[in-house]
Amino acid sequence: MRPITYSRATDTATAVAAVSADPTSDFLAGGTTEIDLLRQNVLHPRRLVDINQLPLTGVELLPDGGVRIGALARMSEVAATPVVRERYPLISQALELGASAQLRHMASMGGNLLQRVRCSYFRDAESPCNKREPGAGCSAIDGFSRGHAVLGTSEHCIATHPSDVAVALMALDATVHTLGPSGERSYAFDDFFLLPGDSPHREHPMAHGELITAIEVPAAPVARNSLYLKVRDRESYEFALVSVAAALSVVDGTIADVRVALGGVATKPWRAWRVEDFLIGARTVRSNFEQAARVELIEARPTPMNAFKAELAQRTIVRALDTLTGDPGRSAS
Amino acid sequence: MSVRSSDLTERGQALDERGPGPVTVVLSVNGTERSLEIEPRVSLLDALREHLDLTGAKKGCDQGTCGTCTVWVDGNRVLSCLTLALTCEGHEVTTVEGLADGEELHAMQRAFIAEDAFQCGFCTPGQIMSAVALLKEGHAHDDAEIKEWMSGNICRCAAYPHIRAAIRAVRDEAQ
Repeated sequence: MRPITYSRATDTATAVAAVSADPTSDFLAGGTTEIDLLRQNVLHPRRLVDINQLPLTGVELLPDGGVRIGALARMSEVAATPVVRERYPLISQALELGASAQLRHMASMGGNLLQRVRCSYFRDAESPCNKREPGAGCSAIDGFSRGHAVLGTSEHCIATHPSDVAVALMALDATVHTLGPSGERSYAFDDFFLLPGDSPHREHPMAHGELITAIEVPAAPVARNSLYLKVRDRESYEFALVSVAAALSVVDGTIADVRVALGGVATKPWRAWRVEDFLIGARTVRSNFEQAARVELIEARPTPMNAFKAELAQRTIVRALDTLTGDPGRSAS
Repeated sequence: MSVRSSDLTERGQALDERGPGPVTVVLSVNGTERSLEIEPRVSLLDALREHLDLTGAKKGCDQGTCGTCTVWVDGNRVLSCLTLALTCEGHEVTTVEGLADGEELHAMQRAFIAEDAFQCGFCTPGQIMSAVALLKEGHAHDDAEIKEWMSGNICRCAAYPHIRAAIRAVRDEAQ
């Protein structure tokens, strides 16, 4: 690891000003991605501003029935919060199915959204990688790409967005609040994550020195019947091959409200709008779930190594919706 | 909003910047204040092992995947390899060396011996620190739950069944 300096910020405005003023400065929160990538020479800030003492913690109930999650609230703390467990089971489940107990105590919610990709070519600090070194080329497209994305890819990058909880938050239309050099801003969740396009090094719309202060989740009665289903190579402490965050509200056998987002298969937390559009007003029958899933994956662009993900994603969507319908044991037709 | 920005810049310069060379750091480890001279880039794990001679926490992967460096910060189990030592100033660090009460081993340490919960022993300090925290967190109701909430501690000897037996023993003892 290169030498760094360390400062500890005690108020948010000072932290933002300090990092904004210097392109070689970065915030340090839980550090679970950052310290790892510093050590591997993937990131090279000269100065770290420790923001762990800032008053951006806790989970607050909002008057409209939603919640405001402090950017420095830890994954474990948010997952255990009773109001989150009760109103947004998919958030708790996504958090507790991510990482390990130790990492969940460390990692902040803001940092979770900004965690870097697990593409081995990005992380080895040597292979050509457009995300790490714009214009260098993508080693994954013709390389080892089993875990890579099939949706939202470009010819410049196919790295999968690694977060679990971001998938749940995407399904819930969360808002990301920030404080930057030009003041406070808020971003719709879908706008906060950028597709790689021809600039995969740009992963979010924030300016340098802009800091996530909170994540707001609006009230969503549909979320009381929700889940996060994660499919992976080993049962625990592993990134998703495919994950589905889903919420479902059924009235008289007809779908009144539905939310679906996908993880593990896309370059950003992926809202499955096509699934939702297809299913609103539809009957809760297996054939509708299958058709909806097929429509979502129709534009999948797999590599030879990850072609299985398009099928696996469809099956996982169907399984999630079956489970929420109260029929988890229904066998494939 | 933007009105505050010039104000921000002035206040931003007030941050006390330390390093990159060695700085004096005071850490509270196992209830004792320890002073050391380290660079800001030094991990808590290296500070413990190389500077404070507390070699209980082990360096396995040094990248947050094996769990053998698990210690507690303010009572929470964390990975000391992904923690910078300076961030622990003002917080209480507990290592496996701080578990025993004098010569009296912690119940989990005794259970690991009684249940033969290790072979090579390299991952054991991390397993024990994680296991004690697991019981405190209340996620040890059955074996499935123990497996899930201990998954951040890898044992390459695969002593898992005995590790779970030790955890069950302490859990049941406490009830």
